[in-house]
Amino acid sequence: MEALTIHALHDKLVNKEISAVELTEKFIARKDTVEPDIKAFLSDNRKNALEAAAAVDKKIAAGEAIADMAGVPGAIKDVICVAGQNTTCGSKILEHFKSPYNATVIEKLNALDYISLGKTNMDEFAMGSSTENSAYQITHNPWNLDYVPGGSSGGSAAAVAAGEAVWSLGSDTGGSIRQPAAYCGLVGLKPTYGLVSRYGLVAYGSSLDQIGPFTNDVEDCAIVLNAIAGHDAKDSTSIPQEKKDYKKALINDVKGMKIGVPEEFFVEGLDDQCRKALEEAIDTYKKLGAEIVPVKMPHMKYGLAAYYIIAPAEASSNLARYDGVGFGFRADGTDIVDMYRKTRTEGFGPEVKRRIMLGTYVLSSGYYDAYYLRAMKVRTLVKQDFDNALRTCDVLLTPTAPDTAFKIGQNDNNPLAMYLGDVCTVTLNLAGLPGISIPCGFKNGLPIGMQLIGKALDEETLLRVAYTFEQNRTDLKKPLPMGEVEL
Amino acid sequence: MKYESVIGLEVHVELKTKTKIFCGCSTEFGAQPNTHVCPVCLGLPGSMPVLNKEVLHYAVKAGLALHCDILPFSKFDRKNYYYPDLPKNFQTSQYDLPICLNGYIDIEVGGKTRRVHLTRIHMEEDAGKLVHSGASIDTSDTTFVDYNRTGVPLLEIVSEPDLRSGEEARAYLEKLRSIMQYLGVSDCRMEEGSMRCDANISVRPVGSDKLGTKTEIKNINSFSGVQKGIEYEAVRQAQILDEGGTIQQATRGWEEAKGITVLQRVKEGDADYRYFPEPDLIPIEVSKEYIEKVRAELPEMPDARRQRFQDELGLPEYDANLLTLEKQTADYFEDVVKEGIDAKTASNWMLGEFAKKLNEEGVTADQAPVRPAALAGLLKLIAKGTISGKIAKKVLPEMWSSGKSADDVVKEQGLVQITDTGAIEEIVKSVIAANPQSVADYKAGKKKAIGFLVGQVMKQTKGRANPGVVNQLLTKNLE
Repeated sequence: MEALTIHALHDKLVNKEISAVELTEKFIARKDTVEPDIKAFLSDNRKNALEAAAAVDKKIAAGEAIADMAGVPGAIKDVICVAGQNTTCGSKILEHFKSPYNATVIEKLNALDYISLGKTNMDEFAMGSSTENSAYQITHNPWNLDYVPGGSSGGSAAAVAAGEAVWSLGSDTGGSIRQPAAYCGLVGLKPTYGLVSRYGLVAYGSSLDQIGPFTNDVEDCAIVLNAIAGHDAKDSTSIPQEKKDYKKALINDVKGMKIGVPEEFFVEGLDDQCRKALEEAIDTYKKLGAEIVPVKMPHMKYGLAAYYIIAPAEASSNLARYDGVGFGFRADGTDIVDMYRKTRTEGFGPEVKRRIMLGTYVLSSGYYDAYYLRAMKVRTLVKQDFDNALRTCDVLLTPTAPDTAFKIGQNDNNPLAMYLGDVCTVTLNLAGLPGISIPCGFKNGLPIGMQLIGKALDEETLLRVAYTFEQNRTDLKKPLPMGEVEL
Repeated sequence: MKYESVIGLEVHVELKTKTKIFCGCSTEFGAQPNTHVCPVCLGLPGSMPVLNKEVLHYAVKAGLALHCDILPFSKFDRKNYYYPDLPKNFQTSQYDLPICLNGYIDIEVGGKTRRVHLTRIHMEEDAGKLVHSGASIDTSDTTFVDYNRTGVPLLEIVSEPDLRSGEEARAYLEKLRSIMQYLGVSDCRMEEGSMRCDANISVRPVGSDKLGTKTEIKNINSFSGVQKGIEYEAVRQAQILDEGGTIQQATRGWEEAKGITVLQRVKEGDADYRYFPEPDLIPIEVSKEYIEKVRAELPEMPDARRQRFQDELGLPEYDANLLTLEKQTADYFEDVVKEGIDAKTASNWMLGEFAKKLNEEGVTADQAPVRPAALAGLLKLIAKGTISGKIAKKVLPEMWSSGKSADDVVKEQGLVQITDTGAIEEIVKSVIAANPQSVADYKAGKKKAIGFLVGQVMKQTKGRANPGVVNQLLTKNLE
């Protein structure tokens, strides 16, 4: 089990116990075995991966130092632009679209000799919580193939949980990293808004989107965060700040720390077994010397509604460019308007259309003040609630989702039920705060996730609190659901 | 009934920054289609804008020169609409918090100064250029898009409805162009599209203070077009009202060749652009220090320069006005004067032969191949008596086309003025002998007859004889 982490595999590479090419081949073989059941990937990058691995082996042979991530196979959500590769965003409208440029995170990973086995499946344009909204395929939860892996970054989560990749990148607009991490029993981090460059991340809700990692443990999470964080002049919303080494935050100690527990997150719909697992987690922290502080966040109940106004509003504008003119799918039409209409009718799936219509509506004159402007005010209030709570607490502890993964098809005709599942995660995006989901138990063989929320740009404390839990609750560790990867 | 026009102008000015407003692509005009493009200005998935600081700098500069309030906190917004020249199908512009509010421009029309108030100035990105196989997008099989212009920075300058005639509108535009050129923020060439103007016009009975229904005139690409378009529209609207009709709120296109406006689109209420704050750009904060720094950079503006030309160089108001209208002309003029040329002499040439040549070639003074030092060289030859003013008028076009100095042209073509009295006197004598009638006329008191004789001498010397000497010798020999 130890072997399936970036840090452990890095040691093996450096100690020449295995070469990067061999390692990559093992993961390709694993992928070939389980992918027919999981369907996590939308593209296959094995040729480039093996070439990149050979380059890493050369460095090792030459006695050169290699980066922590170098040569360890990963996967990239298909919403992040990689030069020369398809970037479909899980949508038919970008079916054959190849990005001519690299996202900033890809440039950063390139500099560290990263290896990607391919782009991963997702809800179309990151809109969804189950990855069932992909135009291409449904991804299955490795813990139980009848269940969804969560979403929208379900492909990235399932790939790591199924042992097809050691790490992956996702994007999180309202919980799209943390919720699938919870459903798949992984560590998933949504960094502070502005910590990781969004340049090259195809926008859904620009004021909410962040790229973040899926990993098997907290140390790996710190390693990937080290690789992707940092100011980027190409993203105006990126925050200028000194480069940090997040591995230094991996301290197994929470003594004297204040962990806030906001009752508003322990919602009525919260599953009993999930609640129990969370209570046990709180006990663990108590025993480790942390102070548990009940906090009140009265505006959280409006967060979900505000989110489902702001995100679609931004999306309606962000997705206007998919019009068949310059790139992507185009349907023939009798004139320009007819071409627009047919392209977008045929190119977008139902959930995307629903959100574009919703967003267009709330921005329309006569409705703007009642919806968008009001939602922005709620956003400010939500932020204030977090500011107040985090003034007295180091982190907040909440469930990541009201329940464990649901069955594929269960919410097919009930988009609202799907939206309600985001209740614990969306408010962080509204406030721009970092949140991490880590496993805290199981229910009927499906993982339960716990969310920790930190102060803006204080990923260190978040990682420390998560790391301490992980180190002290090794009882929660289970072997990979699809079996170990043979090295 | 007698009507007055009420006119407000929306002017788009293309800023001449080296790079586009949100990316590093060149703004150069006239390049091969789609060569100045990148993921950002093409609106490719995942790309993000970054504000070019020079655009803000130019906007603040323009705002200060136009007496505006510079907002300490402004922001960009998205203006959402679909059109194939707009790759993102939204234009990044400024809505409720533009960089500049208020302000004014003083214009002179018919000897009177009028103050035209400005509502606002905002920054935005330009759209691309569509090239249709047919007449328009609706009637074409194919339309091509050139994205070179996409993302070129624009300032939109909106006036209050303070203008009352086509002439005033034109004067406003010319003054605005002059100020922008003085600031060095835009070339404002209407023909190239670096200055564009939409005119809102309505008419009302003289004495009324109610606003009539307006029409918007688009597609005007010359200063005279602005004036003529407005004048045409004022007459058209007045006629409709006189016939008991009502004005239809609409967009009308100016057809320069026919000199008319034609209906383009009837407005049914305002278009809904669903403006909302651009989430990919952080708000713009402008400090007092920054504003003062930019204010200190402001160059001398046209009004001040005109006054200086009158006060320091002793030019008549008429000359000073014309010379300062375009910055390039004024700069050129001052460079000529710096070469030691008398101001009035330089002015006469600038507004005479030089201006004529500029008009013929359709260029501005800064583009003239004859540079200020070269023109000064020509004027010095006149001052020294090497050539006459008349010959100089022939030398200038030669300098223009060949790029040679005045000295070289004069030497090569043997145009040096003949001042040798002996040589001229011989010709004078032969002319007197050959034209007894004129001589008789002169002696009979028709002093004008000497003009003909001078002309004959000049003809024989191919204009090279010093006219003063010729006059003097003729008089002497006739007496």
